[in-house]
Amino acid sequence: MQEISIRLNGETRRVAVAPNETLLDVLRGRLGIKTPKEGCGRGDCGACTVLLDGKAVRSCLILAIETDGQSVTTLEGVGKEGPTALQQAFVKQNVFQCGFCAPGVVLAASALLAENPQPGEHEVREALAGNLCRCTGYEPIVKAVLSVAKKTPRRKPATRRKRS
Amino acid sequence: MSQKKVVGTSAVRIDGLDKVTGAARYVDDLDFGPGLLHAAVATSPHAHARIRKIDTSAAERAPGVVRVVTGKDCPHKFGLYMQDRDIFPRDRVRFVGEQVAAVVAETPEAALRAVRLIRVDYEPLPAVLSLGEALRKDAVLIHPDLGRYQRVPWFFPRAGTNIAHWRKTRKGDVEKGFRQADFILEDTYTVPRYAHCPLETHAVTGLFDLSGRLTLWASSQSPFAQRGVMAVALKPFGLSHQDIRIITPYVGGGFGGKAGVSMEIIGAVLAIAMKGRPVRLHWTREQEFMNTSQRQGVVARVKMGVKKSGEIVALEHTLHWDAGASAEYGANVVNAVGLSATGPYRIPNVKIDSVCVYTNMPPCGAYRGFGYSEFHFGLESHMTRIARAIGMDPVKIRKVNAIREGDTLAYGAEMNPGDLEGALDKVARAIRWGRKEKARPHKAIGKAVACFWKAPAMPPNASSAAYLKFNEDGSMNLAVSGMEIGQGFLTVMAQVASEVLTVPVGKIRVETPDTDRNAYEWQTVGSHVTWSCGNAVRAAAEEVKGKLIATVARAKRLKAADLYLDAECVKSRKDKKLALPFRDFVIDGIMRPDGRFVGGPIHGTGMFMPEFTSALGDPETSQGGHPNVHYTVGSAGVVLEVDKETGKLTVLKAALAVDVGQVINPELVKGQIVGGILQGLATALYEDIRYAPDGRLLNPNFTDYKIPTTLDCPLEIVPIMLETPQPDGPFGARGVGEHTMIAAAPNIADAIDDAVGIRLKTMPLTAEKVALALHGIEYDDVKGDNLGFCFRGRPCDYPFDTGGAS
Repeated sequence: MQEISIRLNGETRRVAVAPNETLLDVLRGRLGIKTPKEGCGRGDCGACTVLLDGKAVRSCLILAIETDGQSVTTLEGVGKEGPTALQQAFVKQNVFQCGFCAPGVVLAASALLAENPQPGEHEVREALAGNLCRCTGYEPIVKAVLSVAKKTPRRKPATRRKRS
Repeated sequence: MSQKKVVGTSAVRIDGLDKVTGAARYVDDLDFGPGLLHAAVATSPHAHARIRKIDTSAAERAPGVVRVVTGKDCPHKFGLYMQDRDIFPRDRVRFVGEQVAAVVAETPEAALRAVRLIRVDYEPLPAVLSLGEALRKDAVLIHPDLGRYQRVPWFFPRAGTNIAHWRKTRKGDVEKGFRQADFILEDTYTVPRYAHCPLETHAVTGLFDLSGRLTLWASSQSPFAQRGVMAVALKPFGLSHQDIRIITPYVGGGFGGKAGVSMEIIGAVLAIAMKGRPVRLHWTREQEFMNTSQRQGVVARVKMGVKKSGEIVALEHTLHWDAGASAEYGANVVNAVGLSATGPYRIPNVKIDSVCVYTNMPPCGAYRGFGYSEFHFGLESHMTRIARAIGMDPVKIRKVNAIREGDTLAYGAEMNPGDLEGALDKVARAIRWGRKEKARPHKAIGKAVACFWKAPAMPPNASSAAYLKFNEDGSMNLAVSGMEIGQGFLTVMAQVASEVLTVPVGKIRVETPDTDRNAYEWQTVGSHVTWSCGNAVRAAAEEVKGKLIATVARAKRLKAADLYLDAECVKSRKDKKLALPFRDFVIDGIMRPDGRFVGGPIHGTGMFMPEFTSALGDPETSQGGHPNVHYTVGSAGVVLEVDKETGKLTVLKAALAVDVGQVINPELVKGQIVGGILQGLATALYEDIRYAPDGRLLNPNFTDYKIPTTLDCPLEIVPIMLETPQPDGPFGARGVGEHTMIAAAPNIADAIDDAVGIRLKTMPLTAEKVALALHGIEYDDVKGDNLGFCFRGRPCDYPFDTGGAS
């Protein structure tokens, strides 16, 4: 076991981890962080998405020991001061159904909007392509993200969704 | 009835904030402290084998192991409709992946390590991996004790065969009907197995406390059905309903896969073995694929005769279902189809045989659509083919035969209201039916329209109940046990109560079930809870309304008939100034001039059971019973682009119209339509389950079993809702949930045919198959041994040898 120190949702947390433990298992099992979900355990579904230094990653594919000294944001760390505009849009537009994918989708979409506040539909779909959802058919998710983007001041021209 | 204010509006989901903030807790998010034990199971590598001996000694000695449990500890069977499933098999395993033993340990890692030390001595038996093999006269029997299993009275298993159930429906005289026909088409369609793929896998934590009380926290659509099944199966441990409590927090998707009981009963017996300490069992994605339930595969033979006018005169529909190693739930899917495989058409002469067949494949059960998606693939493909063959428009032939209110169903009961023709018209308009679209280079565009119907499949006494109570601030708690599996059930129930009581939806808390505290609900399946539980909630709200008015009438010495509810107040038609806010009296009562109080905490209860149903039709014809409560009907269409070189299929537009009786929340209905269309298209276009010749599932993960991503959606979806009220529904509502995926597969098959003239009759309808067909190669010739389902040998060994039974 080796002690690591991470900046978790803005607070410094120290935890002893085994070299083969995933970040997901340490967050859920040791740090009381339950919003990253295990849907497949092999990086297929995106339900365990967290932000590692602001980038959306799958915490089931990252060893906890690698994250020493880095900043980890989970859904617990988003909207601490009340729901963000994105979260509000998701609620208002009745986007999610079972909600199991929601933590991952909120984080992946937040990361996208932080990097590109005015994504086009295809960029939204690309950014969320790693987050599986079995309930919604994705359309309401994409629409909600675009509705938030629309309200953000323009930075660069949005691209249109292409037929792929 | 005055104007509805809440029913029919897109109220914000009451679980919305929980889910986007992460406040929503699912089973595996609950904390049980350092005393929590972890379980892992050892599974069978054989599709069929006798268990000679299980040696658990090395596992028991492994570090961190507390207990190893095998069939010796719980030699019992369980099942929802028929008790044919082992908790842990003692003598034989029946599919690859079946649990044979479980290790309970201090950590998940210790449990996993120890499981590998369990040695099972198997004697392999011939495995029955295809319908043809299962139905041979000299077939190896998968359940030699079939004749002795406990079952519901509407199942007809054939002892001494692999036939778990055979539903026959007979109406009119099909032979006479075919003689009257101007055109007859007969063909076979095959649908493989599918997996539900909820994002949350099955999970259960059980605690058998020191007082002898068993509590299970389960990811389930069916807490009360689970309690009922367990009370029967665990009776030998001295448990009955009062000793078992099922708590179901939010569930991460069900789609039928979390109905009934599967792995939860393993959690229950492990908890019983570890009295005093909670035990956690959490399925991996692989286990989710292999050992919960799958959707049954089916070979369907459709023979239909029509007049020149397009009028259907006879239908012979024979379906053989691959139920897998257990039919405890799947046989009821077979039953439902056996009653309804006419589709939504008026047909005078009908012969349906729906046969449930055991195989040594993973068990199957309920899956969104409950068999209707499977049979609509063949039936609706057939409708379009017949229309084309007799030179009739495929929309017109459906309108000629569309079922209407009052028509006699195949089993003799009357059809309920529903506007199928209206739905067809709206879908045809939405996809510009009849207009040829211009395709891009190397592409072709095809269109298709299909119909669908579905009834909830439920026992005749499936019922719902509701408890509704006020809090001091005028807010309410509604305790029901329908499950919020994502469809928006909690919100819809709040809307029903709100409509009656004028309390805003946001002030009504509806929590997920707990069998100790919430009112009874049979199961959240069959798209029936809006209707059934909605009726119970409405009744509870009406009772509360009566008490509110009676309390004010008594306290103020007013006539109850003059009082009404408005804006969370009791008001009077006679005295415009009278407006008593609920919050002022619903707990503390109303003070009379002399200082005494009238009233007290106001609450109400409601229940609903469809007393008009009966499952006791004639076993040979199905005539005489009233097995279904009602059908929801509708139509769906697509505009499909086919790449003529690669076979790639792109859905340019999908439209779906469904008659829901009364929309309670348009946004939630739309959610069911959009989500259901994609799930249906997934079964048509992407999901392709594969088995090895020895019965091993080859692709139990999302890398190899593809479910759609954001990039695999139709470019445009047009959801359409029709409202022909259901007389016995809450405010006229019928269910909608499963229906939206039913027509997707025939839509795609028909649109491919329309675009490039290729008729695919075996699902899935992948780009690979289309590309091969475009190059003149029949897919059946190249697919090799891993067919993806259990129809080895070509589906075509028809007719199956059914051992002389008919």
